[in-house]
Amino acid sequence: MTREEIIKTGDVVYRKPELLNDTPMHYCPGCPHGVVHKLVAEVIDEMGMRDKTIAVSPVGCSVFAYRYIDVDWEEAAHGRAPALASAIKRLWPDRLVFTYQGDGDLACIGTAETIHALNRSENITIIFINNAIYGMTGGQMAPTTLLGQKTVTCPYGREVALHGYPLKIADIAAILPGTCYVTRQTVDTVPAIRKAKAAIRKAFDYSMQGKGSNLVEIVSTCNSGWKLSPEKSFEWMRENMVPFYPLGDLKDTGKE
Amino acid sequence: MAEKEVSLIKGNEAIALAAIRCGCDGYFGYPITPQSEVLETLAAQKPWETTGMVVLQAESELASINMVYGGAGTGKRVMTSSSSPGISLMQEGMSYLAGAELPCVVFNCMRGGPGLGTIQPSQADYFQTCKGGGHGDYRLITLAPSSVQEMADFVDLAFELAFKYRNPAMILADGVIGQMMEKVVLPDFKPRRTEEQIIKECPWAATGRMGRKNPNVITSLELQSEVMEQNNLRIQEKYKKCEENEVRYEEYKCEDADYMIVAFGSAARIAKKTIALAREQGIKVGLLRPITLWPFPTKEIAKLAKNKKGILVLEFNAGQMIEDVRLAVECKLPVEHYGRLGGIVPDPDEVLDALKKMIK
Amino acid sequence: MAKMHGAVVVDVERCKGCNLCVAACPQKVLELTPKTVNTKGYHYSQPVKEELCIGCASCAIVCPDGCITVYRKKEE
Repeated sequence: MTREEIIKTGDVVYRKPELLNDTPMHYCPGCPHGVVHKLVAEVIDEMGMRDKTIAVSPVGCSVFAYRYIDVDWEEAAHGRAPALASAIKRLWPDRLVFTYQGDGDLACIGTAETIHALNRSENITIIFINNAIYGMTGGQMAPTTLLGQKTVTCPYGREVALHGYPLKIADIAAILPGTCYVTRQTVDTVPAIRKAKAAIRKAFDYSMQGKGSNLVEIVSTCNSGWKLSPEKSFEWMRENMVPFYPLGDLKDTGKE
Repeated sequence: MAEKEVSLIKGNEAIALAAIRCGCDGYFGYPITPQSEVLETLAAQKPWETTGMVVLQAESELASINMVYGGAGTGKRVMTSSSSPGISLMQEGMSYLAGAELPCVVFNCMRGGPGLGTIQPSQADYFQTCKGGGHGDYRLITLAPSSVQEMADFVDLAFELAFKYRNPAMILADGVIGQMMEKVVLPDFKPRRTEEQIIKECPWAATGRMGRKNPNVITSLELQSEVMEQNNLRIQEKYKKCEENEVRYEEYKCEDADYMIVAFGSAARIAKKTIALAREQGIKVGLLRPITLWPFPTKEIAKLAKNKKGILVLEFNAGQMIEDVRLAVECKLPVEHYGRLGGIVPDPDEVLDALKKMIK
Repeated sequence: MAKMHGAVVVDVERCKGCNLCVAACPQKVLELTPKTVNTKGYHYSQPVKEELCIGCASCAIVCPDGCITVYRKKEE
């Protein structure tokens, strides 16, 4: 059987989701943002919510998320995405409302908005890309940077005496009575990507069912900031990030 | 026509009640003296059970203004209120709102600064409101009420102007107007727009695509300088139109006057009393009260100043609006300032003394 | 069991040569072009042992840029 035959007569097993448009993404080669964008686009279409989604993009690498996923977007000031989303969802209760934020945006400058939106039990989902660094501005230390991890603002490695401890936002979110579903996933392998997609779907479903706020943390990488190849970055992530930010559901009250 | 119902209420209460009546979709606020009655009144009125208006107490002024940004981006009529220190915190959001060309209403019940300052009335946020406040080239359409009635009337007007120009509108009052009680005829009830109306009237809004071919994106970001310059020029063009069409002011006894007081908000009320006292003593004084602080009644002041011998600018600050008055008259006649600071409201006699000092 | 035949089509201009698809392929079908580059200057992913492809779509699933379309046909 020739390649041409398979393409002509075979089934399409996978193609870029339709909702993800053809604009080339600005992310660095191998950046997991692209994978998560694909999952979000797939889930929105599978839910039939293309016409009823209002998404909020952050300041950081994913500031331009609105260029790629063809739903309506608002681009927020640094850290304030959950405040926007809270208002949008309250004003348009039948819309699917989610924010897409990085660790600098969500776990640092926007900690207050994050915690309060989650604990007000806003019927939104926060998609949280945690790569332990500020990517967009050139690899500075983030609140999630691991102890010992080197960045351009902690070039000798993060140490407690100088910089304090890394912050586990999902763990905090899980103890808030306002949250419904808090999970930590990654997208380094095919099975992991499938699980991450199921988690996003669950969070979006819960937010549409009015079950409260949802946080999907994606433990991620920053090849450019970490100064490693995409493959090596995933290896480093598995060896260093995952032990500190363990994967799995931290809370799921939606199924009850 | 049936006689209108008259209520005796505080200025801050008038803001809240007018918001419910003018089809406001959402209020997002944070407590701060001397404007907390806005949120308190809304909470007591429970408009979510009647008009469907959303009322939410946010975790900070930062969150409030960004909730306003979120709501405004969907084409809804949304507003917030605060007082000077809280308004300072909101400046980032104001700049983003203006940059993304979003309509909203912000009410500032000014108190004395700088810093935590005092909870007593002040007009020291004129610079912050009319000269930027946040970063970038932008303006706030600014209405300065001088009575509780105007507080009630300006909410709808501010929304109308905000939507007409797709820009934030500020109602800039001082603590006196916020806290004092006066007789008010509240505006007639106007229903909130339906979802369909919003989608039709605001084709730019992020409402969800709802069959629209292209997605709508609300953002102030543009990395290409050439495009960003065009965005700025478009906004400036809009401001020019606003300056041409939206100047509002009150002229009081200016016709035969030799001298003129320029004052806004509650300072204008004091000025009127001063004018009465002065005229008893044979000093012919008039008042020009800018109602829109931006756009500023520059031409109108220049015109009225032609046959005047001097202008006294009365403000509860160290001299802020005086700069615009001086620019308006191009230094062709003396322009002096009188003001009190730290939350002190001057009495008409001391203003008269200041006027006499200028005349001498 | 019927044998599955797959075919991988890479959107060459979207590809940034991150190599994640190459690493993810269980059949070692894909490789980055050793010499040629696309208009952005990236060595891009191409099927070099296409006869081995089973159409599992692992390459496409891990691709961050959505460059890959995968087809599959069962041998009759």
